[in-house]
Amino acid sequence: MDASTAVRVLVIVALLAFALLALPILLSDYWIVVLTEAAIFALVALGLNLLVGRVGLVSLGQIGLLVVGSWVAARFFFLTGLPFPIVLLISGVITGVIGTLLGLPALRLSGLHLALITLMFAGLVSIVIPTVNFPNGGGGVLGHTESSFGNPAVRRPSIAQSDPAYYRYTVIVIAVMFLLALIHISSKAGRAWAAIRQSEAAAIAAGVNITFYKLWAFALASFLTGVAGGLLAGDEGKLYSIQFRTIDSITLLAVVMMGGIYSLWGAWIAGLLQQLVPALLNDWFGFFERNPDFVLVLFGVGILQVLVTAPEGLVNQVPKDLRNLGRLLARLAGKATGRSRPAT
Amino acid sequence: MIEVEGLTVRFGGVTPIDGMTVTFPGGTCGLIGPNGAGKTTFFNVLSGFVTPAGGAIRAYGEDLLKMADYRRARWGLRRTFQQEQAIERLSVFENVAMIHEHSSGSRASRQSAVGDALAFVGLEDVAAQKVGGLGAGARRFVELARAVVGKPRVVLLDEPAAGLPEEQTEQLGQVIRAIPQHFGALVILVDHDMTLVSACCETTAVLDFGRLIASGPTADVLRDERVVGAYLGTEEAV
Repeated sequence: MDASTAVRVLVIVALLAFALLALPILLSDYWIVVLTEAAIFALVALGLNLLVGRVGLVSLGQIGLLVVGSWVAARFFFLTGLPFPIVLLISGVITGVIGTLLGLPALRLSGLHLALITLMFAGLVSIVIPTVNFPNGGGGVLGHTESSFGNPAVRRPSIAQSDPAYYRYTVIVIAVMFLLALIHISSKAGRAWAAIRQSEAAAIAAGVNITFYKLWAFALASFLTGVAGGLLAGDEGKLYSIQFRTIDSITLLAVVMMGGIYSLWGAWIAGLLQQLVPALLNDWFGFFERNPDFVLVLFGVGILQVLVTAPEGLVNQVPKDLRNLGRLLARLAGKATGRSRPAT
Repeated sequence: MIEVEGLTVRFGGVTPIDGMTVTFPGGTCGLIGPNGAGKTTFFNVLSGFVTPAGGAIRAYGEDLLKMADYRRARWGLRRTFQQEQAIERLSVFENVAMIHEHSSGSRASRQSAVGDALAFVGLEDVAAQKVGGLGAGARRFVELARAVVGKPRVVLLDEPAAGLPEEQTEQLGQVIRAIPQHFGALVILVDHDMTLVSACCETTAVLDFGRLIASGPTADVLRDERVVGAYLGTEEAV
């Protein structure tokens, strides 16, 4: 392990320790729940980050896949007594299969056309879900009962019943998922994706089976989204179709691009932007609570800013700006001492 | 050896390759012709990007057109592009290694095969650098290393010297000339730089409007009247 890798691992371990140990003590349960949701959306963002940043495939159907993941997980939680991680795995695999089918058009389409097809999928899910509803402990295939009194919530793992414990559980699961993504991008698959992103013709000439690797990217992204869906089911307890809006798929793309598509850290920033920023704005300014869609305007401005000045996203821009600020301060300090010297 | 027989490609009403019959015997072969003569289209047929309307291509006795496009790299067909396509986000080493791993090179031989290809083009010192940070000239050499790593059988070079200064073109020529001996591969070189073509290629074929108008030893071909008329315009240009 060289020095820079060692530093990187240390930073990750320190951040993880801070998130797991310090934050639950420092923050109230309300903010811990918000952070749990932000972490879950970071995982959803990771899927899209891989598709857009690594392979060059734009999907606007990720929230649709999140719904699929939540639904499948909820169904299995009520139907079976399987351990929590197994249900997460099942929800990831089933969402992965559905996402791969959704990826089939990607073999022929790209750019705007692929974005539209996947948006249609998200739209389709948002029509189907209010009809079939989320499982809430009822019988039958759909597991939904109309009576709303006394319905059980989706269970949480026995070691993570409270909100702070579930938050820790979520962060650990998501850290494992990020590791899975990291293993992928630094392996044969990741290099194949980089080749496809650069030029499909050159990738084929390099011996890359682009059909296989594009579908593999969709499968992985959908798997991650399915696991996120399972975590969301455990987090919310009771799921309603009204929680998932087709437009969130578009917001997700915006925050993923703002966070930065070429770095996995960008996905964490995207999760915070999608969940934490609106919550903070609600908390600070009642205006946003009364006009929730105004946050879209903010993201619009943000995406414009990123596209114009920082195509690598905030994950790249913020450290750069901080370095520039540091240099500016140093220069100002130098000037100040330079001026004061003759007087002394 | 590559034998092309009666190859015809049609795009709607246009026929960029019209009944081309030619043999590339081995070593380094030139393929020249004016813009639009069908040179890149021919490469795209070999790569599997374009399906011909008729004709056959046998490479070392095998029917190349029957192979799936991405499997041709595994068979040993490699190429570069007019617009250089080294992968910006990967390091020089990874750029070359990914071809090795996707063309079924064994993991055990990767380090040495990639090292050999990088040393062959003279890039071993920048192996760890990201291609995005390299200059245009170095990128051309990265592409060349990608085209020769492992066990190439046919290497297609599409204007590899485009945009390079004279000194680097000369260096590129030396590397290209050494490919057949070092790797045992047949090289087909498309370029407009006649100095490079004459320096590298023992034989040369000339295309004009999709038809083969001459082929044979490079010096003879470049003196051929039809070639001079169709492609070079005036004798002084030779």
